Amino acid sequence: MSDRGHIPESRQREKPRADLQWIGKSMKRVEDPRLLVGKGIYADDINVPEMAHAAVLRSPHAHARIVSIDASKAEALPGVLCVMTGADAAEVCDPLPTWASPPVLQAVIAHDRVRHVGEAVVAVAAEDRYIAEDACDLIEVEYEPLPPVVDPEEALTSTGDAVLHPERGDTNIGLERTLTFGPVEEDFAAADLVIERRFRWPRSGGQPLETVGAVASFDEGAGRFTIQCNTSMYNYCGWMIASTLRVAPHKLNIVPTLAGGSFGSKMFVHKVPVMAAVLARAVGRPVKFMEDRIDNTTSCDNHASDRVYYAKLALKQDGTLLSLKTRIIDDYGAYLQFGVGQHGNALSQCVGPYRINSVEVDLAAVLTNKCQQGAYRGFGSEVANFVIERLVDAAADELGVDRIALRRQNFIQPDQFPYLIPTGNMYDSGNYQAVLEETLKLADVEGWRAKQAEGRKEGRYIGIGVASCQERSVFSATEFWMWNLEPGVEWTSSPDGVSVKIDPTGKAFVTLHSPFWGNSPETVAAQVLAEQLTIDPSDIEITYSDTDQGLNSTGPGGSRFTVMVTGAIVGAAGKIREKLLRIAAHLMEADVRDLTLEDGAVQVKGVPDMKMSIAELADKAHYYRLSMPEDLDLTSGLDATYVYDHPVTTLPDPDERHMGIFYPIMGHSCHIPVVEVDIETGQVHFLHYAAVHDCGTMVNPMTLEGHIRGGTVNGIGTALFEEFSYDEAGQLTTALWTDYLIPTIKESPADIVVGHVETPSPFTEYGVKGGGEGGRMGGPPAIAAAIEDALKPLGVTIDSLPLPPSKLRALIREAQARSA
Amino acid sequence: MERETISVTVNGRAYERAVEPRRLLSDFLREDLRLTGTHVGCEHGVCGSCTVMMDGVTARSCLTFAVMADGADIETIEGLGTVDAMHPVQQAFWEKHGLQCGFCTPGMLMTAVELLKANPDPSVDDIRDTISGNLCRCTGYQTIVESIQHAAKLMREDGP
Repeated sequence: MSDRGHIPESRQREKPRADLQWIGKSMKRVEDPRLLVGKGIYADDINVPEMAHAAVLRSPHAHARIVSIDASKAEALPGVLCVMTGADAAEVCDPLPTWASPPVLQAVIAHDRVRHVGEAVVAVAAEDRYIAEDACDLIEVEYEPLPPVVDPEEALTSTGDAVLHPERGDTNIGLERTLTFGPVEEDFAAADLVIERRFRWPRSGGQPLETVGAVASFDEGAGRFTIQCNTSMYNYCGWMIASTLRVAPHKLNIVPTLAGGSFGSKMFVHKVPVMAAVLARAVGRPVKFMEDRIDNTTSCDNHASDRVYYAKLALKQDGTLLSLKTRIIDDYGAYLQFGVGQHGNALSQCVGPYRINSVEVDLAAVLTNKCQQGAYRGFGSEVANFVIERLVDAAADELGVDRIALRRQNFIQPDQFPYLIPTGNMYDSGNYQAVLEETLKLADVEGWRAKQAEGRKEGRYIGIGVASCQERSVFSATEFWMWNLEPGVEWTSSPDGVSVKIDPTGKAFVTLHSPFWGNSPETVAAQVLAEQLTIDPSDIEITYSDTDQGLNSTGPGGSRFTVMVTGAIVGAAGKIREKLLRIAAHLMEADVRDLTLEDGAVQVKGVPDMKMSIAELADKAHYYRLSMPEDLDLTSGLDATYVYDHPVTTLPDPDERHMGIFYPIMGHSCHIPVVEVDIETGQVHFLHYAAVHDCGTMVNPMTLEGHIRGGTVNGIGTALFEEFSYDEAGQLTTALWTDYLIPTIKESPADIVVGHVETPSPFTEYGVKGGGEGGRMGGPPAIAAAIEDALKPLGVTIDSLPLPPSKLRALIREAQARSA
Repeated sequence: MERETISVTVNGRAYERAVEPRRLLSDFLREDLRLTGTHVGCEHGVCGSCTVMMDGVTARSCLTFAVMADGADIETIEGLGTVDAMHPVQQAFWEKHGLQCGFCTPGMLMTAVELLKANPDPSVDDIRDTISGNLCRCTGYQTIVESIQHAAKLMREDGP
């Protein structure tokens, strides 16, 4: 075992092959017909008898003590069923689930103290939402303001009344750790050059078009909750909601609805279902709580990484990269729901596609008077991409070498995989050179360089950016616990399950145990099962389990779904295939070794007439037990469940020399945008955009390209426009979409040219890798580089995002003032 | 609160209902008529998910009071086509992957239908102008443009 750990044997059963029938085809989506005719059932479309509606009164203060609440007028309003304060809620439920240890306690309704604008102060259930909102307007709350903590670096030194959670000590540092991997000091001592930069990554969020919602009911007779909700991870850790509600885990059933987008923001929804459930139990009727947009922007899990980096990259004069050191201050807002999981995530690929010998990260997770952080497409790794790519660009500029050439020089080579990076995570496979060359071709970089030179003569500012980015997929979360200061749970399983059944007529049924949240779970499952059983996807029906029926399933976050459900279906279909062959062998009096499954039938090899269709065999399996051999294992029916474990993961080193393998299925991308900056207005226009991704074996190129393009436009939003911006008083000034600027089609490139390289994973079934997040993980550093390149004649440096016209104008003005 | 009686035609069917003057058309359609295909994304008129057709012109149902629709002829996504008999715009969005989560889709489709009625052969710029008021967070818009181009082609081939 080296200092970076060891690599387990591969458990891959299905090798990538050229002769696949369904995997690799751009099949139309199974999910679409019902969505296209308005018949998809999203959370707000749920309607149950006697359902009441909730609204929430939220804090106008960033930080304050709640002195008193007078809800008498609200309670007297006709149609109001229940008014619940934080003190009321604390009597019937415990704090919300959290992964931080020691925890940062968070209540579903704040009591005693509010810690951010938008935090719930009183909840109301009423006959309809209009009345519930009227009631909120009638509630009088007296607050005693406390000092707001808004700046993450100032939060490092907060004391006294400015401390958000005094029970955790007189500090707003939620967690502080320094982790060192490899000989950092030696490498820095050996360096000829150290690039030092301060970067600022802005707080943005997934902002799906649908907010979070839940319909909860409580069966008093059974003592049992049912919650319909647009959450994920319900079959992984949904039971934690039961603990909050003070019922035993089997007294809660979570039923998934379609989710109208997530991008991470609905990974493990907790506030909304708990709110609906406590109200439902209190009023004795089902309660719907559907966030409106302000509920969501101010107080859900939508806010993502908000980081200050002090970064140092050590290298030799010949361009060899040696070591990376970062001091990170991450503004987590008022609570630490996922601990600092976003930073383990980032360390899965913090050295990018480069050979870098050692890494040090010094993290301070600070608590401020802002909405808590959650997950957003990249979960912190997109920031690491931005940092390493900006550093490599800066190093090339400092050395006076070509930015692309410096990348080529330092790439991990194709024959070095599987490759352990200093943090211990494994890159399973890759071909970074091939991806770069393909992108350079698609982008016509040489052609654009010529146009750029011509343009400069005409006073036009055209720029070309190149970013070579990792897209880690399929987390195992084993590294997660290493961050905690006190041991908490230390799970090592992160599986996904599936149930498959063939009915007596030969039709197939798949039950998925994680939800639809805008991805293509049904299409993927249909394609893979069709491949496995040699049947037509139109003969497969897909449904979703609730937690009552659920198998352990981590769900689609972290670009896991396609890899994991493919593994689960391979496992389940294998059991069904084996049974089909055994039954067929018996009925056709053949040796099972002479049989093969093809075109939906079990065939005796070399004897074309000797075959039985799956439908015939299913009929026998279901209804003709007495025609079967005497075998206790050969029970009636044709069904299988399979829980597929993470394909390759190891534990962190007990001495913290490495974090183990935790995010190893390593996709890669190269993004090359060509932009033109209008230096008078600060506007950025895309003249061209090329993106090549390597997600291993593609299951459905059409839907993968959908993720890449959609993710890239998310990345454009992050790079140019989007920011949850808090003023000095802690007011969120971009709570509305008139101010939080999501790219419209006018801000999006007309044509994002997408290319593919397929380097199959040696560890996953068929060699599939995840591909759900790469667009957003590759766009921002490439766009920053392109803008910097465009403004090179002015000497503008880009180290902070977003870059809306106002900010870019300010940078241009400063640069012009410097040169004047 | 006092209610007012309104008469509206939705997808060819006449309704008479008493509503509060403050009731949003989106809530009226979704809750009173149980036509939940019209989605509410931002409830402040930015995202366009709630777009419906009112007397042949697109309108944001989250910024329209139900009483303002008194006497109006409204079309929603439910009136456009069925799974077995899709409108060419629905068919085209399916074939060209013009949707992922499907939440913005009803508004996108109604907006596209309005464009294609007025302009059977729109340019890419026409399409980009038309849907610039509808947000989609999933697709990056490119396949939506392709879908609308494809729908125009299907409709031209089918004839009026």
